[in-house]
Amino acid sequence: MEFSGSTGLVLNEPLLFEKGKKGRSGISLPRRDVDFAELDEALKGDGPDFPDLCEVEVVRHYTRLSTWNFGIDTGMYPLGSCTMKYNPKINEKQAALPGFAGAHPLLPSVLSQGVLKLMFELESLLAEITGMDAVSLQPSAGAQGELTGMLLFHAYHKHNKSSRSKVIVPDTAHGTNPASAALCGYSPVCVKSNDRGVLAADAVAEVMDDETAGIMVTNPNTLGFFEENIKEIARIVHAKDGLVYADGANMNAILGIASMAELGVDILHLNLHKTFSTPHGGGGPGAGPVCVRKHLEPFLPAPRILADDGKYSLSYDFPSSIGKLHAFYGNTGVLIRAYSYIRSLGPELKKVSQLAVLNANYIREKLKHTLHLAYDRPCMHECVFSDKLQASSKTTTLDMAKRLIDFGFHPPTIYFPLVVPGAIMIEPTETECKEELDLFIEAFKAVVKEAGEHPELLHDAPWRPKVRRLDETGAARNPRLTCGGGA
Amino acid sequence: MKEISELLIPQDIRYTKDHEWAKLDGDKVRIGVTDYAQDRLGDIVFVELPQLGKKFKKGDGCGTLESVKAVGELYMPVGGEVVGVNKKLEDSPDLVNTSPYTDGWIADINPSDRSEMDGLMTHDAYIEMLKGL
Amino acid sequence: MRYLPHTEEDVAEMLQVIGVSSLEDLFSSIPEDCRRKTGLRLPDPATEWELNDIISALAQSMAVAPAYKVFLGAGSYEHYIPASMSYLLGRSEFSTSYTPYQPEISQGTLQAIFEYQTFVASLLGMDVANASLYDGASALAEALLMAARVMGLKKVAISSLIHPLYRHVVHTYLEPAGFEIIELPYSADGRTDISGLDGMEGLAGIAVQSPNFFGCVEDIAAVSTLARAIRTLTIVSFNEPLAYGLYKNPGSQGADICCGEGQSFGISQSFGGPGLGMFACRKQHIRSMPGRLVGKTVDIEGKPGFVLTLATREQHIRREKATSNICTNSSLCAVASAMYMASLGGSGLRELARLNYDKSEYFKSELRNAGFKIPFATSTFNEFVVEFSPGFEAVYKRLLDLKIVAGLPLGSFYNELSDHCLLCVTETKSRQDIDALVAELRR
Repeated sequence: MEFSGSTGLVLNEPLLFEKGKKGRSGISLPRRDVDFAELDEALKGDGPDFPDLCEVEVVRHYTRLSTWNFGIDTGMYPLGSCTMKYNPKINEKQAALPGFAGAHPLLPSVLSQGVLKLMFELESLLAEITGMDAVSLQPSAGAQGELTGMLLFHAYHKHNKSSRSKVIVPDTAHGTNPASAALCGYSPVCVKSNDRGVLAADAVAEVMDDETAGIMVTNPNTLGFFEENIKEIARIVHAKDGLVYADGANMNAILGIASMAELGVDILHLNLHKTFSTPHGGGGPGAGPVCVRKHLEPFLPAPRILADDGKYSLSYDFPSSIGKLHAFYGNTGVLIRAYSYIRSLGPELKKVSQLAVLNANYIREKLKHTLHLAYDRPCMHECVFSDKLQASSKTTTLDMAKRLIDFGFHPPTIYFPLVVPGAIMIEPTETECKEELDLFIEAFKAVVKEAGEHPELLHDAPWRPKVRRLDETGAARNPRLTCGGGA
Repeated sequence: MKEISELLIPQDIRYTKDHEWAKLDGDKVRIGVTDYAQDRLGDIVFVELPQLGKKFKKGDGCGTLESVKAVGELYMPVGGEVVGVNKKLEDSPDLVNTSPYTDGWIADINPSDRSEMDGLMTHDAYIEMLKGL
Repeated sequence: MRYLPHTEEDVAEMLQVIGVSSLEDLFSSIPEDCRRKTGLRLPDPATEWELNDIISALAQSMAVAPAYKVFLGAGSYEHYIPASMSYLLGRSEFSTSYTPYQPEISQGTLQAIFEYQTFVASLLGMDVANASLYDGASALAEALLMAARVMGLKKVAISSLIHPLYRHVVHTYLEPAGFEIIELPYSADGRTDISGLDGMEGLAGIAVQSPNFFGCVEDIAAVSTLARAIRTLTIVSFNEPLAYGLYKNPGSQGADICCGEGQSFGISQSFGGPGLGMFACRKQHIRSMPGRLVGKTVDIEGKPGFVLTLATREQHIRREKATSNICTNSSLCAVASAMYMASLGGSGLRELARLNYDKSEYFKSELRNAGFKIPFATSTFNEFVVEFSPGFEAVYKRLLDLKIVAGLPLGSFYNELSDHCLLCVTETKSRQDIDALVAELRR
């Protein structure tokens, strides 16, 4: 079997600040057709200390840097709960259309009908896909969607003249969940999942009271399981007039199959840069639209898009709105890509989920004798293993992840969720073909075999990328955050 | 990760369930974290020292220890006023890793109730607790 | 479907390995009462060719250059983006990669962001910059929350000349957390009036924007002097970073935290998003800073490399005690702006900033000559306020029909400025464009 990880000449490239010469230019400066005007010398600055580079230097610099990166276009990226699916190129083309790329957000509505129509339609499409009633496209990422959810909790309870101070958060929750709750002044109350890896209704009933604003759930959860008790849990929370917030990061498992509204969810956020194929960009930009049931619609962020006889406009006339999260209306460039994706797939989005879950279960089945499977039951779109079986060779999850790199794969998510020590969370997504999955499975088996026979190969891995393991302790003890700066 | 038999656990000091140690030194109580704590946290990159002059109750959170991937809370083994802190830890947080009981001490407390020391674990009791973890 | 590689044989083989007979069986853990009652009621899948038609029809209805001359700024600026940049940003190793949690195979992103941090710190005159926040508005909210953490106080003062939509976002973030927000009025010269802050106690920070929403340059040194006297932090926000290619940067005038919108630097306007939240502060506050940070280090062979660092501030470790809940930010836009700053260079940045200023001054003087009033005397950069006669709405509408957008009417934001417009001109407008607009306004 020939693995993808190989050797090759990689070129070094210094920092930009170590290159260039004064007077070089990498840009075509526009023609000057006005005179120099008077300028108050007291206000004038020296301008920043940037290097001057020619276009060739800039192009070569970033071209070389790109060769040190691993993207979805390079190879499989099985990060759990990240849904690193293929980013369709046609979506890029649509977002780059001059009519969208060059549009100013404060144009009079009559001059921006095209993008307003697209956004209005996207809201309807997302409502249909999730089973919810109303949508705001404003939040810039999942975490901001969660903050929006917490602000909606706050507005709802304030409207009902009820003061609540706590939010229930499962032990499997992503760190953004308690962080978002805390931003809004709520204290997170942790609830443990049971030995099936899901929340039990009575565990929630134990902590749900009149001081609790509601619960934040992820469904399927970060262990890759559908929260099968969710309807009962929602009933328990609703009985004390609490709200159910769903983190939709794992939506890729249930498109066209489960209905968030049927589950009892009141508010949900989606990650367009996960489920809806927009590029992750090395860390963003993404988008985190929020979908709500009807009773929460009045509180949604403003402005909202109104449609009146084929004419679209933006309105701030929503007196109960929680306010604004984004300077304008959301990450439109990202929204356009998601719209293009949804229009390309239509009802086939159900197939997306079916194949995503198929791929994850295939990997689970094939690796369950190689790695310790945290919970021995079928999973949804992701599965969680641990390094328990490798303890005797003093090989850790980290070591195995780093060695996988040499075989040509981006490692899965490691050490999350926290409830599984040494967790290895694998989400292949539906865009990986069977041959690639088989190669990944063989690679992991080879790594585990090495752990038993030549553990030193893992302890000092990776061997092949541009750099070896990096001194993260030194970086944190003596932070150097700018060129020429100790900080 | 060290085995229990590999850990340094001095006989002449007391321990808490959160892996702090406390040593009576004249009329002061010197505190720090144990070898177990530093081993589990990993390379310490930053110590948020307790505030000099501040008064805490026993069990109060009074500082933090950060490694690259984790943060550990520091809890007061006994209540009292913080009368001294180990400023060396600002530039050399690694002292907590290399010498958790000597050069890596964290703070000196003027105890409000010296009998609180008697409630802390001895060397033997601490080892029993570690075995149960 | 070209994104779904499974053939029928693949599916059959895989189902057999798993031990179930159909794809539906894989979902047996989902109770019946959680299922959708209907299939997905979505439009049929469009082919690539149909999709092009549908979406380009939408795009064609938009009022953009070159057909339209849009003299709008107010937080979103039209600047030329070089072809070399669009090409580099299209390299999928940058766009399709994940957050650099595995640094060995993310050195491209990490070095690019390290360089971006250095560019931003230098531009703003600050010690350290983070790897980006979502946009200028949320960056300001985060700056105020950071000031509150550093000072242990929950009262802030913000200028009424900060972008109105930014102030709206600040209120949304801060009010539920129990903050007291004081809004500072403005003076006749178009700058913030800070006199009401003399002797004030308990403030976590004072925030001003420079150039402010009227386009005027604020006296940041005066703000920071007052801030030091009343023991509070100075926060300077901005919409148009190009201004610092011409004017003194906030760091040199005593800012403690500096944050704003970086869209002007190589990022398409794209109807307002995605943007780029630039964020920088003094080094003593690093551990309170939100957002990711890239640091320089070495590997086990002693080779230089980069990693995400000081991650214990962040949500994935600190959870509810994190400095922010931010995870995904605006990384690719940060890389885009670094490419832009690299292409411009220090010399190019100064030249381009000067050109923006001179075009704007030319426009101003032509308007004055035509008899229009420029109410605020303070120096501006590439946008400024003009007073028109009552009934200007009709002129504005006539100009729209001529495919000219004559700025942003200010009446909906400032009641007292109902006859005023905020006009912006960048290097993208020629002298003829400016002359044509002035001529139409005269009519």
